[in-house]
Amino acid sequence: MSEARSVDQHAALTATWSDRPGFIGWLSSVDHKAIGRRFLVTSFTFFAAGGLLAVIMRLQLARPGGTVVGPDVYNQVFTVHGTTMMFLFAVPAMLSMAIYLVPLMVGARSIAFPRLVAFGYYMFLFGGVFLFVALIVNTGPDNGWFSYVPLAESRYSPTKRADVWAQFITFSELSTLVVSVSIASTILKLRTPGMSLDRMPLFVWAMLIVSIMIMFAMPAVMLASTELILDRLVQTRIFDPPRGGDALLWQHLFWFFGHPEVYIIFLPAQGMMSMLLSTYTKRAIIGYLALVLTLTSTAFLGFSVWAHHMFAAGIPQFGASLFTVASIMIALPTGVQIFCWIATIWNGRLVIRTPALYMLAFFVVFLIGGMTGVMLAVIPFDQQVHDTFFVVAHFHYVLIGGAVFPLLGAVHYWFPKFTGRMLSERLGTVAFVLFFIGFNAAFFPQHILGLYGMPRRIYSYAAETGWGPLNLLSTGGAGVMALGIVAYLLNVITSLRSGKAAGDNPWHAATLEWATASPPPPYNFDPIPTVGSLYPLWEPDAAAAPVIVGLRTDERQVLVTHVLDAELDHRYVLPDPSIWPFITAITVTVMFIWSIFSAWGAVYGSIPIVVALTAWTWPRRGMAPAEADRVMRPSGARKAALS
Amino acid sequence: MTRTIDVSHLPDHAFGPRALTWWGTTGFMVIEGTVFALAAASLLYLRGLSPNWPPSTAPPSLFWGSLNTLVLALSGIPNQLTKRAAEREDLPAAKRWLSLCLVFGVAFCAIRAMEFRVLNVAWYTNAYGSIVWVLLGLHTFHVLTDVLDSAVLRLMLSYAPFKSTMFANTSENSLYWYFVLALWIPVYVLIYLLPLAH
Repeated sequence: MSEARSVDQHAALTATWSDRPGFIGWLSSVDHKAIGRRFLVTSFTFFAAGGLLAVIMRLQLARPGGTVVGPDVYNQVFTVHGTTMMFLFAVPAMLSMAIYLVPLMVGARSIAFPRLVAFGYYMFLFGGVFLFVALIVNTGPDNGWFSYVPLAESRYSPTKRADVWAQFITFSELSTLVVSVSIASTILKLRTPGMSLDRMPLFVWAMLIVSIMIMFAMPAVMLASTELILDRLVQTRIFDPPRGGDALLWQHLFWFFGHPEVYIIFLPAQGMMSMLLSTYTKRAIIGYLALVLTLTSTAFLGFSVWAHHMFAAGIPQFGASLFTVASIMIALPTGVQIFCWIATIWNGRLVIRTPALYMLAFFVVFLIGGMTGVMLAVIPFDQQVHDTFFVVAHFHYVLIGGAVFPLLGAVHYWFPKFTGRMLSERLGTVAFVLFFIGFNAAFFPQHILGLYGMPRRIYSYAAETGWGPLNLLSTGGAGVMALGIVAYLLNVITSLRSGKAAGDNPWHAATLEWATASPPPPYNFDPIPTVGSLYPLWEPDAAAAPVIVGLRTDERQVLVTHVLDAELDHRYVLPDPSIWPFITAITVTVMFIWSIFSAWGAVYGSIPIVVALTAWTWPRRGMAPAEADRVMRPSGARKAALS
Repeated sequence: MTRTIDVSHLPDHAFGPRALTWWGTTGFMVIEGTVFALAAASLLYLRGLSPNWPPSTAPPSLFWGSLNTLVLALSGIPNQLTKRAAEREDLPAAKRWLSLCLVFGVAFCAIRAMEFRVLNVAWYTNAYGSIVWVLLGLHTFHVLTDVLDSAVLRLMLSYAPFKSTMFANTSENSLYWYFVLALWIPVYVLIYLLPLAH
């Protein structure tokens, strides 16, 4: 291909794959990179909002008899904190990384179903805004992030607060589900030729497994929250014991989702760990197959441990023992993968850059969280510390250690790809040190407080308990942690303006997202690379790998390949930008909110949704219908007409 | 000189598991199948807690539900014909059979309205009534959305600019109808036959 023709081709591809201009164009974007970026920024904004709520709680608990907020506000604050961190930060942040990175890692020009992903983003955004607006007008949910019945039934929660929680869940799960379908389809069908399943980067593997887990886990909480709304709105009796309903059914449904949720947050982080460790040691990851198998087995086991959240609720003893065994068994795959990572570090020489610091912190923090997890799986111990701060300390070690540390490291690592600029190493190190020290100072004392008997979800305590000093230490730690986040943010802002230019592949990493410009052009790759190994950019003859040509430049055409071996199959045109996913999200939002006030909202509110969806899917370009009718029949001149 | 693989000769659409949209449709079937499985599990769980099932009311009358089962089974015929017409890329035939599918769908919805009247229990009477209404409502919701979906597709085939991928969409629409049809079997057993087991 001549140089001039290549320039023309890039111009044509840019015209085809760019967003439309203007504000409407911005809202209409179906570029997975634009949506992924917005998703990530929005989820970190909610992270900051949830963090502020945590600061309120820590200030309230810093001293005995705190008076920062009263019990009613405190209940709303801890409920919205937990709900935000799980549904508006942890899962969406992981998914947004995947929305941005997975198509690049598999060598695709786009994510599958880009309009659906745009719709998913707007549902997530509107759901989050709905939750926080409700909190600000004193209608924030106040029954805990799991909204247990009977407390959440209208008899005990007569205001709209529990409805806000339940309907917010519907927003958030709808978003998560549509995004997971897009990610799984991208991974299965849009991989570049050569990328058979055993050449998929481990983050891609993790996201495939997580997407499938989401499809099986999230429906449980969607069904449960819908049934809760029905109980509250139209007096069904599903969770109402006097009428034959059952409160424990709620817990079963909730935790059938709730425990896999932990792995839905944690497995993407494992994928990130593997990618980063391999880059910073300049070595192939040791135990690729073992790591894929640990991801898979963790996913399976993750569905068989939900009742360990219910040991104190009175489930049959034999059943409880089975759940104990399953819960302890999860330590096995986790152990295998940690040994794989240690072996990888041992095998190479770890280059300590800021992202690597976060990886090392993972080992320390997650190991502590994992070990207290094994302790909690033992029923007598669980009975002792149930609903105390020991549990709070445990899951913050698991979730922050297992997910937030790797995520912060991963954002550091891929920031050059997202923006074309490097983050500052110096400010990055300062942020890391503050965050690491602050985190441990905030949460380690809570183990001890829990063993002393301090219960969760209390807004105040008496001085005689002796819990004051450790609580003060914990609050101080939270403050340092917040400073760490501020430093991190400062780093992002200053580096965006004046960071060092990154180039295509600043870390000399091996996977395809580094084979294109930073930030990537709207069409991701041209020509499209193929791969011959798991580490294509480290191959000595990387430049000799064949490239794909012949996709159209005047339509958003992508290459579809076979599921297992990614052999060539066909070409497929993805849809153009459209405002309709945004409008559809608005109509769904109206229906969701309307229906917590009146059951008819669900009926009449559906009409605009149908209209919007029809407009969304209606094709704009193609053959005239009459012409199609003439040629698209067994006797018609189909072949000639199509070419 | 870089080696190149020219893909310009590859077809521009495909059917079944080769198609991207087939995997999307399958993903949603997994999600909705899970919702049904969990709703069914809830029903069995609540039944396990109750000394009688139904607890106090009469079991649902079988007539309308069984008639609808028959209608649904018969709808498989035009559905299969639609699917085949789409896959051999015969637009007039696909349009014809899809119209007939719609007739079946609308008939099914009409009979469904009767089914709700003979459940012999209101959703607010007790947990049994609630879960039966939820399960039947869930299935009705899927039938309604698929009928609407088919209606829009039918309009597209006649009035929208034509693209060859619409054949794949029509084939997947039929696949989804089979899914709704298959869901009905356990739902029918749970709603209509299980109360007779006592």
